[in-house]
Amino acid sequence: MGLTLRRKIVNYVMLSLTGVCTFFAVGMLLFILGYLFVNGGRSLTWDFFTKLPTPVGELGGGMANALLGSAKLLVLATCIGVPIGFLGGVYLAEFGGSSFSFIVRYTTDLLNGVPSIVIGIFAYTILVLPQKHFSTLSGGIALGVMMIPIAVRSSEDFLRAVPGSLREGAMALGASKAKTILTVVIPAAKAGLLTGIMLNLARVAGETAPLLFTSFSNRYWSPGWDQPTAALPVMIYTYAISPYEDWKRQAWSAGFVLLMLVLAINIFARMILTKRGHAAR
Amino acid sequence: MSPMQAPSSRPTSLPEAATSGQPFHMQMADTKTPTLGEASKLSATDLVFHYGSFKALHGISLQVFEKRVTAFIGPSGCGKSTFLRTLNRMNETIRTSRVEGEILLDGEDIFKLEVSALRRRVGMVFQRPNPFPKSIFDNIAYGPRINGSVSRSGMKDHVEQSLRRAALWDEVKDKLHESAYGLSGGQQQRLCIARALAVDPEVLLLDEPCSALDPIATAKIEDLIFQLKDSCTIVIVTHNMQQAARVADYTGFFLMGKLIEFDNTTVIFKNPSRKETEDYITGRFG
Repeated sequence: MGLTLRRKIVNYVMLSLTGVCTFFAVGMLLFILGYLFVNGGRSLTWDFFTKLPTPVGELGGGMANALLGSAKLLVLATCIGVPIGFLGGVYLAEFGGSSFSFIVRYTTDLLNGVPSIVIGIFAYTILVLPQKHFSTLSGGIALGVMMIPIAVRSSEDFLRAVPGSLREGAMALGASKAKTILTVVIPAAKAGLLTGIMLNLARVAGETAPLLFTSFSNRYWSPGWDQPTAALPVMIYTYAISPYEDWKRQAWSAGFVLLMLVLAINIFARMILTKRGHAAR
Repeated sequence: MSPMQAPSSRPTSLPEAATSGQPFHMQMADTKTPTLGEASKLSATDLVFHYGSFKALHGISLQVFEKRVTAFIGPSGCGKSTFLRTLNRMNETIRTSRVEGEILLDGEDIFKLEVSALRRRVGMVFQRPNPFPKSIFDNIAYGPRINGSVSRSGMKDHVEQSLRRAALWDEVKDKLHESAYGLSGGQQQRLCIARALAVDPEVLLLDEPCSALDPIATAKIEDLIFQLKDSCTIVIVTHNMQQAARVADYTGFFLMGKLIEFDNTTVIFKNPSRKETEDYITGRFG
């Protein structure tokens, strides 16, 4: 009897404990979302998307230049990170010998673990210092480097998930290995590969540290790829720590917009994957 | 045709060599180019195959005759599938594999042919249906497209003709552009046969093509094999002895990586010369 009772109590306590922890894990996201929604949503105006930042003391203005800057940086990062990462993933999944692949995989995991500010310093050292000025290009390259390891691993995983029987089927029809990969394996993994790219993009979209001393910031439209540019995460940082009420309000708006962007990319990526799941069935 | 009905076209007269008391494989060892009196399409001599340090085939020599159905039977792991996959060099994709001996296709050494050219001539259908995640049309057109063997304008007719040869046309003609995954297992397997036929192979290798299918789908594939025999040389690996008896003109019995006996199907099933064959056929082991 005593034993049964003790078991019941332990069961009850542990169940409550795990339940509460789960609640906190989920609750944290809901809390952040809710807080941003209330504060950011309230201060968001149409001007935010269309106007340039105003000088200190003058109310109003927006972050149109930061929105365009972030878009430019992400396009640049994708152009650098995705091809390198994707082709590396193809090599690992289709051609890599076991011991060499192990080393490459281990290296990409290490690169993935490098703090983003260190990658920022790296881009600063090889691009900003020799050029003697901040630039959109250096920021894009810093973000692109951050995309590489995840692009390698997600491409490899999704290509490996393509059944070997499809590869055999293509080769038995006289397809070379390269043709098999191009015409059967990659198309079969297309939805997964696309999802991987989008999630990767959503991850670097919010990176601030690597941009602080690469693309820096800009109060105006960035005139070119070799000039500094504003970006949403850096603007949030600058505006949030400022002492001005109106800037703080705009930082909330920027945070809200950035989060919605990331969330939209995430949801869209998941939708592509689920759709593929239905097609496969 | 019901699945149990015997084919009417099965050869009934036995070639001379097979009827003379001596075990057939012993005779084969003596002569360089043994035949059972028909045109040889594929001919293997002393084929040895290793997976790493494991010797999977111990010197297989046999003939596959043109426009006949040849079946390989034997217990799991006896090497019958390995041998089949050597005939179109599919085993080469395994890194640690090693092959010795000779296989001739119409007198040409297959190990000297370009591998994709060989696989166009020697097609293969696998144990589990493996349609590509594309439309039915694109599945069939895949082979001709990558090989550039059929013109763009002729593709529609070619796809129809291939599907007709695989007895699938009437079932899919209204949904050619739908996903091949919407078909049943048996239809998918016939689609894979049609896909293989679309590159006009001289030989078709079937690796347990019915093991994932129900009896009705199996019967359809067996019917198909009879029809294809006129235009194609067929080699089939099967776990199912009744299937070998129903479809094959010639049967080889494999055991532990060796070809124990190879002969006319009727001889193998009615009057095998080796004790191991008889034991396996009568269900005493395996």
